[in-house]
Amino acid sequence: MLKNRIIPCLDVKNGRVVKGINFVDLKDAGDPVEQAKIYSDGGADEICFLDITASNENRDIIYDVVEKTSKKCFVPLTVGGGIRSVEDIKKLLNCGADKVSINTAAVENSNVVIDSSKKFGSQCIVVAIDAKKNGDKWEVFTHGGRKNSGIDALNYAKKMEQNGAGELLVTSMDRDGTQIGYDIDLMSKISSKVNIPVIASGGVGNLDHLVEGIKLGKASAVLAASIFHYGKHSIKDAKDYLDSKGIPVRI
Amino acid sequence: MNVTIVDYNSGNISSVINSFKEVAQDKVNIEVTSDLNKIKSSDKVVLPGQGSFKSCVDALNKINGLSDTLNEFAIINKKPLLGICVGLQMFADIGYEETETKGLGWISGKVAKIDNQNGKYKLPHIGWNQINIVKDSKIFNDVENNSHMYFVHSYEFIPNDRGVISATTDYSSNIVCSVEKENIFGTQFHPEKSDKMGLKIIDNFISL
Repeated sequence: MLKNRIIPCLDVKNGRVVKGINFVDLKDAGDPVEQAKIYSDGGADEICFLDITASNENRDIIYDVVEKTSKKCFVPLTVGGGIRSVEDIKKLLNCGADKVSINTAAVENSNVVIDSSKKFGSQCIVVAIDAKKNGDKWEVFTHGGRKNSGIDALNYAKKMEQNGAGELLVTSMDRDGTQIGYDIDLMSKISSKVNIPVIASGGVGNLDHLVEGIKLGKASAVLAASIFHYGKHSIKDAKDYLDSKGIPVRI
Repeated sequence: MNVTIVDYNSGNISSVINSFKEVAQDKVNIEVTSDLNKIKSSDKVVLPGQGSFKSCVDALNKINGLSDTLNEFAIINKKPLLGICVGLQMFADIGYEETETKGLGWISGKVAKIDNQNGKYKLPHIGWNQINIVKDSKIFNDVENNSHMYFVHSYEFIPNDRGVISATTDYSSNIVCSVEKENIFGTQFHPEKSDKMGLKIIDNFISL
């Protein structure tokens, strides 16, 4: 039976791990290579690096981080943040990333997803959707949550599937950093709309939120940051808890 | 001993290289090349593959003489070869991804899309699934039945002779996830991304 995945996400800035509260107020939480290794040894099903300020700053340092990490961690590694082109994707994959997560570029130029999924395969193309509620719908935001594209998130999710995305990483902008739980309504609506796996993100504050993301949000995988890297919970705690709630996990 | 990972522009092979180097350390030399002479003279060959069946077969055929060299290595000289993901799928006679494409024809069978049962099963089949070992295989030494392996694929290999199947995994149906035919081995899952148990499989192949 296919297991639901738990993916710790490390927000990386200038080669260091940070986690923002609603994308501001960054705190330093350590070295990404060491953290990734701790997570993979602890049973993380995948590791995700998000290079959060990559759009604005010199991002070459991330390549070095990815290269070092991929030599130590033998679980899938996803890297996102600031990816603009097929060339950027190629470079990250060559450094040892197994998947890339594309956000702004996927909105601005749909060819990036179409071309890269053809060139490298859908299995390594994750489209990251940052969605914020507006009335009775959700709109897609870009540039690390700073720009509203006005695009309807549900239609966009379907379009990205058609363009060749292998997975969708859906983050609720309203919940990110709040620790009050995933936006279940958003997750379940997107998950029901597409036939590719959805990774739920944004808002995890406790282990019950992970359970909700899978049971109610119908997510294939759950991504979380703060609850893991400030030592609040280990990956093992999370897996044991999910297991006790009848959710299939790799233990 | 030399183990060659065939580099034929089949997508991202850095993880395969990293994992083999991690397991090999200084004991075994890991080459990454498409040089035909180096492939011929190596002791073992790893055939990775990512993307579509068609794109991998096309990439293989783009390198003049590569498919003949692999054929000589695995079929005539019967030296150990491990296919990973689409590398395994290419053992088939034919694949139906994108368009009908001829495979290497080493293990008779076809590669077809996994039946998602009208959307009940999401595709790609991504994540950790357990393997059901149905036949003793040298690459499963000290690998427990029901171990978790990392999968990412939408197509499955359906061999004509079920006797080549060494493990299956349950997703929509019993998907073939490992084969062994004499000196030819293949895994649909990614041992290079399957943590300690995956590295054990790589170690078993290197130690053959």
